[in-house]
Amino acid sequence: MTARAPTVLNELELDALTELVNIGVSRAAASLREMVGQQQVILSVPNVVVVSRPEAVALLARQGSARLVAVHQVFEGDITGRALLIFPETNSLELVRAVTGGDLSLEDIIELEQEALAETGNIILNGCLATIANMLKRSLKMSLPEILRGVGPEFFQLKPPPEAGDVVLFLYINFAVRGRDVRGYIAMLMDMPSLEALKILLDEFIERETGQPSTHSDEIA
Amino acid sequence: MAFKVLIVDDSKLARMSVAKVLDKLYPDWTRIEATNAEEAIALVKQSAIDMALLDFNMPGRDGLTLGAEVRKLDPNIALAVVSANAQQEIVERAGEIGATFLAKPLTEASLGAFMAEAEDRLKAASR
Repeated sequence: MTARAPTVLNELELDALTELVNIGVSRAAASLREMVGQQQVILSVPNVVVVSRPEAVALLARQGSARLVAVHQVFEGDITGRALLIFPETNSLELVRAVTGGDLSLEDIIELEQEALAETGNIILNGCLATIANMLKRSLKMSLPEILRGVGPEFFQLKPPPEAGDVVLFLYINFAVRGRDVRGYIAMLMDMPSLEALKILLDEFIERETGQPSTHSDEIA
Repeated sequence: MAFKVLIVDDSKLARMSVAKVLDKLYPDWTRIEATNAEEAIALVKQSAIDMALLDFNMPGRDGLTLGAEVRKLDPNIALAVVSANAQQEIVERAGEIGATFLAKPLTEASLGAFMAEAEDRLKAASR
C-alpha cells in the first residue's frame, strides 16, 4: 500500500479506505470467478493514492501505452465519482470468451463483446461499490455501464471536468484470471468535494469498527 | 486460561477492529500484532502464540503462505485465514494447512465462534 495524502485523508482514513476497497474487490473477484467458469481470480494488494489529475494520468501511462478497454460507471450519493474496470484491448475478446463459456464462434463473440463487457463490468463494479456503500452505511446510485476505448490517460479526462480541486483519489487493484490471458485493473476516481464527504464517512466507519474516534487513534499523515 | 493471540494484517483498521472484539470477548487475553508475514514469523519464533489470525491479501507473502510457515514452526497454533475473497481455492488451501477461513468483514459472531472453538481445542490439548 502506498499512501500520499496532502492534508485530505489521514493515515488511518486511507488505511480504512484501502481495507474497504480490498473487501469490495475481493468479493467482486469471487463473483468474477463464477462468471469465468470457476477459474481462480488473482488479486493484487490495492493501492490507494490521492494525487493531482496529471499525476493520475502519469500513473496510468506507466501501466503501458497499449490500447485499453474500460467499463465505466458513475456513482452518485454522498460521494460521487467514477469506477472503471480497465484491461488491454487485446484481452477483451478473451474475457468475453471466458464469460460466455467458450463454445461460441469468433463472430458471435465479437457480436456479444459490448454486452458481455458491460455486464462483466457491471457485476464487478457494482459488487465492489455496493460492499463499500454498505460498510459506510450509505447508498450509492450507479449509472449504466458504458464501454470506453482508448489509451489510459483519456479515461481520466472524461467530461464533465471536476467541479473543484484538481485532486483525485486514485485507487487501483490488479486482477488476473488463472489459466486465461485475462488481466486488468479496477480504478476509482473522486474529486475534492467528494473526498471531504468521504473523510466524514470514513471517520464514522472507523469509529464503528474500532470503538474510538479516528482523530484520537492515529497521527495525521 | 489466558491465551496469546497474534493478529497479522497490513491494515491498521483491520487490526483495530479485531482488537475491539477481542477486548470485549476476552479482556484478559494477550494480543500482539504484526503488519506482515516477516514480522509475524519473528513473533511466532520468540513467543508462545496460541492463536493467529492471518489476513490473506498482504504485501509480500500472503496469509496462506504465512499460515503454512507458522504451521511448520508450531503445529499446535490455532490458525484462521481472514479474507473477503471467499474463492474456493483460497478456502480449500486454508483447510489444507489446518486453518479456519473467516470472511471479512469479521463479525463478533464469527470471530467469537473461532475463538471459542480454538479455546476448547487448546484446553483439551493441554490436559
